[in-house]
Amino acid sequence: MADITVKINGVELTVPKGTTVLEAAHSAGFEIPTLCYMKEINEIGACRICVTEVNEGRGFRLVAGCVYPCSDKMEILTNSPKVIEARKKTLELMLSTHDKKCLSCVRSGNCEFQKLCKDYGVEDADKYDGVRNEYCIDDSAAHMYRDNNKCILCRRCVAVCGKTQGIGVIGANERGFKTYIGSAFDMGLGETSCVSCGQCIAVCPVGAISEKDYIKEVLAAIADTEKTVIVQTAPAVRAGLGEAFGLPIGTNTEGKMVAALRKLGFDKVFDTDFSADLTIMEEANEFVERVQNGGVLPMITSCSPGWVKFCEHYFPDMIDNLSTCKSPQQMFGATAKTYWAEKMGIDPNNIVSVSIMPCTAKKFEIGRDNQSAAGVPDVDYSLTTRELGRMIERAGINFAALPDEKFDDPLGIATGAGVIFGATGGVMEAALRTAIHTLTGENVTDLPEVRGTEGIKEATYKVGDLEVKVAVASGLANAREVLEKVQRGEADYQFIEIMACPGGCVNGGGQPQVPMGIRNFVDIREKRAKVLYDLDASMPLRQSHENPAIKEVYETYFGKPGSHKAHEVLHTSYVKRSVN
Amino acid sequence: MNSSKSTVPFKGTPEQEAQLLEIIREKKDSQGALMPILQKAQEIYGYLPIEVQKIISDNTGIPLEKIYGVVTFYAQFSLFPKGEYTISVCLGTACYVKGSGDIYDKLQEKLGIAGGECTPDGKFSLEACRCIGACGLAPVLTVNEDVYGRLTVDDVDKIISKYA
Repeated sequence: MADITVKINGVELTVPKGTTVLEAAHSAGFEIPTLCYMKEINEIGACRICVTEVNEGRGFRLVAGCVYPCSDKMEILTNSPKVIEARKKTLELMLSTHDKKCLSCVRSGNCEFQKLCKDYGVEDADKYDGVRNEYCIDDSAAHMYRDNNKCILCRRCVAVCGKTQGIGVIGANERGFKTYIGSAFDMGLGETSCVSCGQCIAVCPVGAISEKDYIKEVLAAIADTEKTVIVQTAPAVRAGLGEAFGLPIGTNTEGKMVAALRKLGFDKVFDTDFSADLTIMEEANEFVERVQNGGVLPMITSCSPGWVKFCEHYFPDMIDNLSTCKSPQQMFGATAKTYWAEKMGIDPNNIVSVSIMPCTAKKFEIGRDNQSAAGVPDVDYSLTTRELGRMIERAGINFAALPDEKFDDPLGIATGAGVIFGATGGVMEAALRTAIHTLTGENVTDLPEVRGTEGIKEATYKVGDLEVKVAVASGLANAREVLEKVQRGEADYQFIEIMACPGGCVNGGGQPQVPMGIRNFVDIREKRAKVLYDLDASMPLRQSHENPAIKEVYETYFGKPGSHKAHEVLHTSYVKRSVN
Repeated sequence: MNSSKSTVPFKGTPEQEAQLLEIIREKKDSQGALMPILQKAQEIYGYLPIEVQKIISDNTGIPLEKIYGVVTFYAQFSLFPKGEYTISVCLGTACYVKGSGDIYDKLQEKLGIAGGECTPDGKFSLEACRCIGACGLAPVLTVNEDVYGRLTVDDVDKIISKYA
């Protein structure tokens, strides 16, 4: 595209035609603040915090920098007194209907609105007195609550739910001063077909939506000497946790995370990567069986509980395509409360099984039917990466100064295949590594075709005599596209991996919130995923079936993948749900 | 937030549904189809309860919340049916300064519904209106075609009992 020249705060700059004022300013080293703007997802120019002065030959005027395109010879002022005054006034007006309980707000310290008020020197938070809307907190969903008293109506949650996830169970109701974000007919979120992915929480700039917090319950369990409290950590947690302590995006904190969990008092610190390997054993076996015995194809992965719930609501006719394997979180809990409890001689009733997940749908998953292999819930509490961050902070642990420690045996032993579960394509790659080995005896460890952050990936592999067509989708709007293609008979995949969150678990709804001002220019999915692929590459064992702890659990307990015992403990069932 | 589900039982007929489905089939593939579909739906049913919005959602693929958001945005759409008797209270300037706001409040209290809603028995619906050109009689309300003027809050009971 043709280039144009603009002058930003006196500095000349050449940019491609079509560049927005925001993007041009960013490349010149001037950040324009945003609240509603999400690149390609929510470009509505509504909140007006990005107003910037531009002169296109007819004098300076204020425009919404986030969406206004540059024109040739445009002069731009991002920081003039008029700009500062306008932004400050906007903040003061937003504050006039905002519940300013910052001291007790979960987002205090990483709230985008709070930071802007500080940056723009808002002195009087009550400058505009007057009527304020009051809303009840909606805590009807299993995983989160909504407190509209803190909502600034940026609509980022609405955009991510409707556009990125293709669900749209939340939106703006009423109009003008009465506008609020809610569901149809004021249903509680728990009554809608919300899939619990938590992407809305991950993009909320303020404390209006947050996960339900179970820190208190977990600390009480740890303090109870009768209980053996074990914890598992999902692969993606180690790739995101550092951000809660100011470490750069894409820092591997596995060792410090393990050390911190031990310091918090967990009796055993285990790894969901172990049960990811276990999932592969069951899932690869299930896939081979379906192919050989004419089972329902394509088989679709069932690791992502947001995706599973989406399938139940929006594609109820395809629940037989879902792998019957429990997710790694649930396989872990089930194995811990059966195999490990027996091995250690502990009554499963006295085990408190805690998981740390990059996910909010896991909070819903632990309460699903048929997830209690030992007669008690496989997992008792599922915490997000963010909750773990708060726990560590509250305990006064200096995270950055912690030494690297190792997971406990045997449920902390894993291969590289288990680690990459946290990135889109990872489950597919891990499953194919083992399926290829099962069918041909070959050792394959790198399948670059299914890696990367694209929303939909397709590949065909020759496995022995078999031609295996696979698809990988992340983000539920992408999942819908793939499934509709299958339903229309336009695709004949045998195996599909779907993760609810774009980029997979590394970008899960339970990961630390990254300000949109950063996310608009940095791909956090790629940076976090790199942590996992680097870890995988550095591990001596990279195929699930090579995991010695997995071999032992089959030799001494399950027999073989797909055995009766394995089905009782490690597999589950699904239900058809309606759309609301 | 009050529940915005109508308490009046939905009495849609198969004929009405067939009519609505025909409209949807005609319009759903054109851009901006939702507004004309909603307008027609309101013509057919008189209002847009959850049952009607669900038919539209199921047959267009538009999320129910998006439809509800549009319905609650525009004043032309109603979530509630019209009652046998529609009570309109003038909240125009002259009536308002003469106390029609208090009369409106009293009616909401007496009927147990908010403005724009309909009583569960389908008898009365209540709405606010702008100047009806009878300022000399302020404050004024109408019940269907009947006009009542120079009212006080105490007149409310009498008027309701006339139609109950």
